[in-house]
Amino acid sequence: MTDGISRFVYVTYIRTTPEQLWAALTKPEFIEKYWLGVAFETDWKVGSPWRMFYTDGQVTDEGEVAEADPPRRLALRWRHKRRPDAAQEGEALCVMDIEPVEGAVKLTIDHSMPRPNSKLIEAVSGGWPSILSNLKSLLETGEVILTRFGSSGR
Amino acid sequence: MSMDAVFRALADPVRRRLLDRLHRRNGQTLGELCEGLDMTRQAVTKHLAILEAANVVVSQKRGREKLHFINPVPINDIAERWIGKFDAPRLAALSELKRKLEEGNGHD
Repeated sequence: MTDGISRFVYVTYIRTTPEQLWAALTKPEFIEKYWLGVAFETDWKVGSPWRMFYTDGQVTDEGEVAEADPPRRLALRWRHKRRPDAAQEGEALCVMDIEPVEGAVKLTIDHSMPRPNSKLIEAVSGGWPSILSNLKSLLETGEVILTRFGSSGR
Repeated sequence: MSMDAVFRALADPVRRRLLDRLHRRNGQTLGELCEGLDMTRQAVTKHLAILEAANVVVSQKRGREKLHFINPVPINDIAERWIGKFDAPRLAALSELKRKLEEGNGHD
């Protein structure tokens, strides 16, 4: 990818308000509904640690809150913990931008790692589209599409 | 952001080719996307605008340049609308089998 950086940008438009979307991105009871079987823990203060884990307690990803500007922008320093090849890559950055547009809210997720062919970015690229489809469906209809990744327990 | 726009954007071999190029290497400039294509910059710009309007491509500014990224979310929304309740790993295995068997035949 360009300049030795691995980067994906995802955009979804959701018929909701920035405040509701912010709540969905930050409240544990919301997150658990659409994030395909993982839970999320942090106090969302800048500099605070965050971690994502399965119900059995296994941590999948962790890092620190880099920016929190409700209801506009969240940025997370992001380290993967589970797959050894992705875990040894170090720190990625995930920036979430919320912008009101006509009758909806535009959510942009920009996930990047300062190295080419990042395994972490490749791994999350399989997850974000499903998570965002779920989030959109939850906010617009009150229901999610998938409760967790396929039956393989990926 | 309608599903119609996504289907219209995908219903063109040139636009699918542009998506293939971004799928291979994400975050390209207009100039990079034009390389090796037998088309004017204006024509590529027009196709990119249709892809962007359908939200299957998103662009981010970097200085004076614009980088283009493939955005799989709308296509995933379509997939999950009709495929989500079926067994995703089995479907993936089937499409992998098809890909392996057809390898080298080239496809659109």
